[in-house]
Amino acid sequence: MFHREAGVFKTSYAADMALYPLPIARWTVAGLLVLSAVVAPLSLDEYYLSIINLVLIAVVGALGLNILVGYTGQISIGHAAFMSVGAYTAANLAVKAYLPFWITLPAGGLMAALIGAIVGIPSLRIKGLYLAIATLAGQLIIEWTINHVSWISGGAQASIQVPRPELLGHEFRTQGQLYFFLLFFAVLAIVATLNLVRSRIGRAFVAVRDQDIAAEIIGIDIFRYKLLSFAISSFYAGVCGVLYTYYLGIANYEQFQIGVSIDYLAMIIIGGLGSVLGSILGAVFITFLPIVIRWTMESFGDLIFSSTELPGMISSLRLIVFGMLIILFLIVEPEGLNRLWRNIRNYFRVWPFSY
Amino acid sequence: MSEELGFMFALIVSGLSVGLMYSLIALGFVLVYKATEAINFAQGEFVMLAGYVAAATLAGEGMPILAAVLGAVLVMAIFGFALERIVLRPLLGRPIVAIIMATIGLAAILRGLPPLVFGAETRALPLPIRDDPYMLGPAAVPPVELLGVVVAAAFLVCFTVFFMKSRMGVAMRAVADNQQVAMAMGINVERYFALAWAMAGMVSAVGGVIWGNMLGVDVQLALVGLKVFPVVILGGLDSVVGAVVGGLIVGVVESLAAGYLDPYVGGGTKDFAPYVLMIVALMFMPYGIFGERKIERV
Repeated sequence: MFHREAGVFKTSYAADMALYPLPIARWTVAGLLVLSAVVAPLSLDEYYLSIINLVLIAVVGALGLNILVGYTGQISIGHAAFMSVGAYTAANLAVKAYLPFWITLPAGGLMAALIGAIVGIPSLRIKGLYLAIATLAGQLIIEWTINHVSWISGGAQASIQVPRPELLGHEFRTQGQLYFFLLFFAVLAIVATLNLVRSRIGRAFVAVRDQDIAAEIIGIDIFRYKLLSFAISSFYAGVCGVLYTYYLGIANYEQFQIGVSIDYLAMIIIGGLGSVLGSILGAVFITFLPIVIRWTMESFGDLIFSSTELPGMISSLRLIVFGMLIILFLIVEPEGLNRLWRNIRNYFRVWPFSY
Repeated sequence: MSEELGFMFALIVSGLSVGLMYSLIALGFVLVYKATEAINFAQGEFVMLAGYVAAATLAGEGMPILAAVLGAVLVMAIFGFALERIVLRPLLGRPIVAIIMATIGLAAILRGLPPLVFGAETRALPLPIRDDPYMLGPAAVPPVELLGVVVAAAFLVCFTVFFMKSRMGVAMRAVADNQQVAMAMGINVERYFALAWAMAGMVSAVGGVIWGNMLGVDVQLALVGLKVFPVVILGGLDSVVGAVVGGLIVGVVESLAAGYLDPYVGGGTKDFAPYVLMIVALMFMPYGIFGERKIERV
């Protein structure tokens, strides 16, 4: 079970394309699945499960953004806006048309994909900095529209309460039940992304990222694939927004402001651009960061600062640590946590007989 | 002058004066982009930091306003210089996403620091000028905006002379034009990168003093940075004149939009209209009015 490969001995395309080429990888994945599906929900209490639920939601969003930024090389500072499109679409459908989640969820995703593709249209003419600013404009315009059109936002405070998701008469009410609901979609998103990036579409994305002119010459329709990338990425964002709405029980535009877009960019940069595992690691990292800071400050903070100042300081400290981590990773390890993990793995691959 | 026309005139005048103050902030952005092709998403935070420094200096006993302004300029120059050295130089030659993200990270740090160092409350930044506005027909112009207009105009003249006449300015233009050739001509490119950031810091310092006086100094001051993007896109990213013209356009458009549309949609048009204008500009003339056209197939 612990044996590793000594070389490349693949004899068929199927073996070459396998998601988990080694038995150890299959065992690890199986182990993780058992851990997350059985052990975690049975052993953790509500509070920890609610944090893990946030991680699961963030994983979906980070995967979507990584498809766009990491794989296709198009920058977007408007990811949170697409999440809000999904969230409000689903909330309106759930409240006004009494539709169940298995209709509102894909509907939210599709609506976000449509809006995302529209915002992505400028990417055909502009790139790099200009695209960053165009998506920033998209973020602000979508935010403003949702906030000011009461038909979308539901009027007061621009928030809509949604019923709990329900399947076959069974309501997902507690954190433990929501955990399974979210886990299903997070795993679905991971598997879908793993398969997407090794398909024809995924390879086309990477070709566009690496050298767009060369990609066009070998017959990749850049127009189509850039828009497709925006649409797929926004679909993930929309689903992420819907999941978050069901998690909170309320759709509120304040949960999808520009800071959230930057959080997601930080996730994929700290996790690792162009990597599925990186998206997951980044989502875990950024979600846990404020919680860890709060724990440390509550435990050790009063040694240095007076306890009355503490609550206000935590959000400032979070911003500082967050910014420093982004810069640190950019300078020291641009390939992110994913690369660190690979370095560790490669070290132990031949351990203790490294030559 | 009829009442309707008077209203419009007042809106345009206030738009023009606010617009020039936007240009003041956008100038820092343009300077950096022109010389180093780096994008500074932390421009608003630069302005905020300068405001804090000036307000903190002024809070000292018997500090003259000149000391506060000079202190802010000096601190921001050193800050810009150090920033280039520590953060941006290691990122030279990396993809544009990396530099954008680095400045976004920097913005986060700068927004987190002041509440810890200076406290969370809004600080006043009083300038020794009168408060009640000058009347220009039906239009009211606050003196601080007039000061902003004068400063912006002075900067425009100074930078034009600097870039056209001085040795440093010419070297900087050479670096902006083609880094490799500039290097081959014996120009120390990295030194001019640092200089560009330091100059951006200095411009932001003056912007910070004036905006800090208008809005009060707290973390919200950084939000004026969001206005920079429409300004520079409209005017052209690498043009000093463009920053001024772009600022004027954005100022007038948002003032008119706020005056005529706000009653119908319930506020907020001021922040929204410039971005719509910017999207249109991106679609039809992405290099702006005065920007250098780089023909590139995308």
